[in-house]
Amino acid sequence: MDITATAWRVESRTRASNMFSIVAAILTLLALAAPLFISRGAVQNLFFILTMLVLAQCWNLLAGYAGLVSVGQQAFVGFGAYAMFAGVILLRLDPIAAILFSGLAAALLAIPTGYFIFRLQGAYFAIGSWVVAEIARLALAQWKPLGGGTGTSLPGGAVRDMWGAAAVGKLLGMRPVQAADVVCYWLALALAVATIGFIYWLLRSRQGLALAAVRDNQETARSVGVDARRLKTFVYLATAFVTGLVGALIYVQKARISPDAAFSVVDWTAYVIFVVVIGGIGTIEGPILGVIVLFLLRDTFADYGSWYLLALGLIGIAVMLFAPRGLWGLFADRTGIQFFPIRRTLRGGPECATKTIEGATHG
Amino acid sequence: MTSLIDVVVQGVLLGGLYALFAAGLSLVFGIMRLVNLAHGDLIVLAAFLILALVTKLGLNPFVAALVAAPIMFALGWVLQSQVLNRTLGPDILPPLLVTFGLSIVIQNGLLESFSADSRRISTGSLETASLTLGSVDIGVMPLLTFLSAVAVIVGLNQLFYRTALGRAFRATSDDRVTAGLMGIRPDRIFATATGIAMVVVTIAALYLGARANFDPTIGPARLIYAFEAVIIGGLGSLWGTLAGGVVIGVAQTAGAAVNPEWQILAGHLAFVLVLLLRPRGLFPSAVN
Amino acid sequence: MALLETRGLTARYGDFQALFGVEMALEAGETIAIVGANGAGKTTLMRSISGVLKNEASQIVFDGEPIGALAAPDVMARGIAMTPEGRKLFPSLSVEENLLIGKYGRAVDGPWSLETIYGLFPILRERRNSPGTALSGGQQQMVAIGRALMSNPRVLLFDEISLGLAPVIIRDIYAIFPRIRETGSSVVIVEQDIGQAMKVADRLYCMMEGRITLSGAPASLTREAIHAAYFGATA
Repeated sequence: MDITATAWRVESRTRASNMFSIVAAILTLLALAAPLFISRGAVQNLFFILTMLVLAQCWNLLAGYAGLVSVGQQAFVGFGAYAMFAGVILLRLDPIAAILFSGLAAALLAIPTGYFIFRLQGAYFAIGSWVVAEIARLALAQWKPLGGGTGTSLPGGAVRDMWGAAAVGKLLGMRPVQAADVVCYWLALALAVATIGFIYWLLRSRQGLALAAVRDNQETARSVGVDARRLKTFVYLATAFVTGLVGALIYVQKARISPDAAFSVVDWTAYVIFVVVIGGIGTIEGPILGVIVLFLLRDTFADYGSWYLLALGLIGIAVMLFAPRGLWGLFADRTGIQFFPIRRTLRGGPECATKTIEGATHG
Repeated sequence: MTSLIDVVVQGVLLGGLYALFAAGLSLVFGIMRLVNLAHGDLIVLAAFLILALVTKLGLNPFVAALVAAPIMFALGWVLQSQVLNRTLGPDILPPLLVTFGLSIVIQNGLLESFSADSRRISTGSLETASLTLGSVDIGVMPLLTFLSAVAVIVGLNQLFYRTALGRAFRATSDDRVTAGLMGIRPDRIFATATGIAMVVVTIAALYLGARANFDPTIGPARLIYAFEAVIIGGLGSLWGTLAGGVVIGVAQTAGAAVNPEWQILAGHLAFVLVLLLRPRGLFPSAVN
Repeated sequence: MALLETRGLTARYGDFQALFGVEMALEAGETIAIVGANGAGKTTLMRSISGVLKNEASQIVFDGEPIGALAAPDVMARGIAMTPEGRKLFPSLSVEENLLIGKYGRAVDGPWSLETIYGLFPILRERRNSPGTALSGGQQQMVAIGRALMSNPRVLLFDEISLGLAPVIIRDIYAIFPRIRETGSSVVIVEQDIGQAMKVADRLYCMMEGRITLSGAPASLTREAIHAAYFGATA
């Protein structure tokens, strides 16, 4: 008998995802050109959205994929921010150079802290990560050259004379400080695109498959040769690096730092967790949706202070109890659409086998 | 310049307070492997409840605590049976994220209800009363706190090892399914456990509020001290939790003696040190 | 009417069906045995009756009441006690505490109490304060049986009590059956050891792949019939 055998292929692309990549490219180009058209306030809003998005994607990778539920990522936001301030004030670096320096500093911090908290599991890992953040906060509050407990500001000229600020100012006809905002915004955009690209690449790679296996069942994953420890360490270090970068970038824009603000659990962990939970944990689309929801809510209810946070908390709890896969999860379950397709599908094979066999979802 | 003896004594007594914070956490974790990230905020909530009873009804703080205890028991029961029982399962995310959300909800609820002002539960002359033993002055309230911690631990151990309910707790923690075959309803056992933990929380809240100023945002720090005491002591042992509390307490008072700004950091560093040297804690229980 | 019966009992683990319309009955005071190879569905049947698995209410009837959908604590409270497969003693409890926990959900007076159970298994009295799991397999089985008896149940379910035990220990354990019979309990034994089962049972059911393939009084069943019902094919 003669069967024309085409090779089996593992594919991820779907029609929806192909369409989405075109849309995403267009949106990115629009975002790039945005400062030409929108107000300074709008640029700052977009900056907030993009930086929250990066933090959320990192936390999602850490908790949703690697199973490392941390409530202490503010350690790296704060440490990165302080490293940047140290770079600018003490080492006289340009803020942009200092940002890169901060990412590395945060990654270096992650080595001893990771060594320490990897001794703990589950909920204790979570609180351990919080202890680490507290230690960092208390320690840096003792560092007088950077203002101790009350904090300090970036010297006036540092932001104005930042790389690119003058050029952008001339190009767009803005004053240097406003141009600096635009530079920060573009950096945030670049970071967001790079982070999402990195995560997407990682999850589609063999390491990504291994990661999903580890999250589902660590022992079984080990038995097929997955080095869970190395994988988790890599993810922990990578997210520390990126989180440090974002922390530094955020504080370049703010230009003023204090230990309580830089290491704030509410700003850098609570909001991030809500974004990921409400948007949809364990998917790349989820945090994007979550950040949009957060921004809309913040815009509407910012004046209500504690009620706003209280409501976010209740919504987060409700989502976790009744729709644990978040808003995107609800949508994706109904429609099966994936914009960042990481579900692997088996296609091809001998002509006589006409059905496609789908692998299990990751989320 | 405080003497060494003074530092150790004050540290040990402070450890009693931390052990009270930790006992409820330890109890709940031992039975259902749940760590409630809102634990510290629940202590603060109980403190505000006691304060409200004192100011609105003019009760003596200790009587107010007695009245608050069953209210907190009921709150814990409802919280566990309606919300937290739904999060128990193989996935670690739901209990962590739900209790984290709860922490935010409680803090902000208290902020709206009571404002961010610092409060204190006044215990009148007891606040400044002290005994002198040898060369050391021992405050009556810190001593009471420590003795209460010991009493709570003795009481909990009696409950665990001498009563039918305690047997049911241990059986459920061992094997939930077989416990069901004995007629034990795990959901109810968990709710009872959290209720009891909330009674301990109320006692802790009384001493917290009497000792120092409190406001709606200090919950997370108490959670961290409680957690550190449990880990240092070793999972599964309530006396170990007391020892853990004492270690943190002594480390903090020693740190404060060198420089008041170093108090809390010293406690955390002691925790890191113990964890690095003895990953299972000082007195891990033999079982599992 | 039978004390306990199953009517068209089906059970599933996800997509896998383990029981296909099982019909069996237990009369008051009887001892019945259910035999079959591994995977035949015997333990699934026990878990269904005891409430560990949830089934349709009407598929299991106890003393006229449909109990199929009840959870284990409710079934236990009505007087059906089980020694689970693998004994499943509580490691955090001592021998005596393991016995005591047996009547947590049903404290009913009757022939069985701590004293009478120590009378049945004297060795347990000596080891009363040891952790439950520090005992030998046979002794643990005694504790498990005692634990089930403590609630003075009307129906006892013994799931594979001979599993992993040496023959002489199995003989000692089965030697207590007359005492249990005397007190009027009704018993269901699930066994792979057909010899022992046939010695104590009034009636036998044989299961294979989720179905009853044979039933009757031991005396009336030929070896060939049992063999065929147990394994499926004639040797």
